[in-house]
Amino acid sequence: MRRAVLIAVPYVWLLALFLVPFFIVLKISLSDTALAIPPYTPTLDLSAGWAGIRDFFSQLDLENFVWLTEDDLYWKAYLSSVKIALISTVLTLIVGYPIAYAMARAPEEWRPTFMMLVILPFWTSFLIRVYAWMGILSNEGYLNQLLLWTGIISTPLTILNTNTAVYIGIVYTYLPFMILPIYSSLERMDGSLIEAAEDLGCSRLQAFWLITIPLSRPGIIAGCFLVMIPVIGEFVIPSLLGGSGTLMIGKVLWEEFFSNRDWPVASAVAVVLLLILVIPIVLFQRNQQKQTEAEQ
Amino acid sequence: MNRLSWFNTVSLTLGFAFLYIPMIILIIFSFNESKLVTVWAGFSTKWYGELMQNQAFLDAAWVTLRVAVFSSTLATILGTAAAYVLVRGGRFFGRTLFSGMIYAPLVMPEVITGLSLLLLFIGIGLDRGILTIVLAHTTFSMCFVSVVVSSRLVTFDRSLEEAALDLGCSPAQAFRLVTLPIIAPAVISGWLLAFTLSLDDLVIASFTSGPSATTLPIKIFSAVRLGVSPEINALSTLMIAVVTVGVITASLVTKRAMVRQKQDELAAASAE
Repeated sequence: MRRAVLIAVPYVWLLALFLVPFFIVLKISLSDTALAIPPYTPTLDLSAGWAGIRDFFSQLDLENFVWLTEDDLYWKAYLSSVKIALISTVLTLIVGYPIAYAMARAPEEWRPTFMMLVILPFWTSFLIRVYAWMGILSNEGYLNQLLLWTGIISTPLTILNTNTAVYIGIVYTYLPFMILPIYSSLERMDGSLIEAAEDLGCSRLQAFWLITIPLSRPGIIAGCFLVMIPVIGEFVIPSLLGGSGTLMIGKVLWEEFFSNRDWPVASAVAVVLLLILVIPIVLFQRNQQKQTEAEQ
Repeated sequence: MNRLSWFNTVSLTLGFAFLYIPMIILIIFSFNESKLVTVWAGFSTKWYGELMQNQAFLDAAWVTLRVAVFSSTLATILGTAAAYVLVRGGRFFGRTLFSGMIYAPLVMPEVITGLSLLLLFIGIGLDRGILTIVLAHTTFSMCFVSVVVSSRLVTFDRSLEEAALDLGCSPAQAFRLVTLPIIAPAVISGWLLAFTLSLDDLVIASFTSGPSATTLPIKIFSAVRLGVSPEINALSTLMIAVVTVGVITASLVTKRAMVRQKQDELAAASAE
């Protein structure tokens, strides 16, 4: 009896506030707006029995999804989100790997401190960390002041409100998600494997490429997914650091909802975004499962 | 292995410089006299004073704090229950669906979570305000809590619980007297995680808050969209300071607990 209550409370909570809302989005993505504000047509009329339910389903249509394919804004935004996510994942990997590697090679008594230094920004407000870059990257910003002062450039660079700023912001804020899984897979690595490879005639670089990289692969894969999946739906970074040329689907959905107030289209955008994310999420879960099985 | 090679030293130095310099610049310029954020005009704390006068920010901070306390407490209770059910609950109807619903919100884009919750609240006619933000925050952060707590539950020895049951504890007593003290560090860090997630959330709060309740991130976001301002720098510095002190205290506390546990284990081993 107690067990049933223990299971039911979180279960019902998630059903009501996670799964049901989800079907509401799906339903609204298939309906038409009636005078811009709910109710939407069709509404489910349960009192009419089967006829009402049949009526409800017959009125649902894919009009909003057709609309998404007709206006090239949407598919361009999806494509560009995926592109930005892929490029910034690679950039984060390039920046993060050496840091994770150096942490794993550091003397053991320093490692907890380094770990904390990596985790601390993660606890600090995301919004503030993105905001910090606005002052650095703007035309009169600290970076341009520094470059002008050292004479590297003679006219200020335009970085803020471009895709470059978006990439910098993503690499900066998502770096801990990349470092931590790679670090944990490198830390477990047996150092004698490298020594053995070097004894057998590998150069350091060869040993790194042939031993270290393959052994850290689970960490690399986990880190890449942890960065890529949330970046595809990112909203804060493109709206603060990006410009009018930055198209990302999270921002489009936000504007569709808050500026255009077209809720059915916003819902359709959300449904398609989820469909895009299903593939990487499933791959990620498989990778995690394999990893836990390998550990056992 | 005992010392850092030059390559590792360089990558650590550059890496941590990259992570910390933006925040350090922000902190330094929050003490800038000038209204122009990019020009240094001498030390001053006047922006902190102005911040304390800004009623809109103070109201939003108060809303944010209340939402964070309520939602993280609720999320900790629900998340711990969910973790317990997942790890110890055995088989029950719909277990796969349940674990799916625990993990899915972790990777769900915030815009989708926010949109779907808003449509639900409108659908059932619930007025948007503090209550709806609390409901939304509890839902996504309970999943983080249950991941943290279940990783702790998986690693601890189940026979301790069984021993308590054999010795005449009711299941509730066994949980309160044996399980809870052992998983307490995970429960506390789960609460802290839920608390910071709630403090930090902009996107979901924007969808689920109404005109009657605005949270601090929403206020910051609308101010920041207009550009960099010294007042926001001061506010950011305060927030960074609070988090830093909190994280360092928490890590010192856990470190001390670990040391004490080691000592206890050693004492127990030598007593045998």
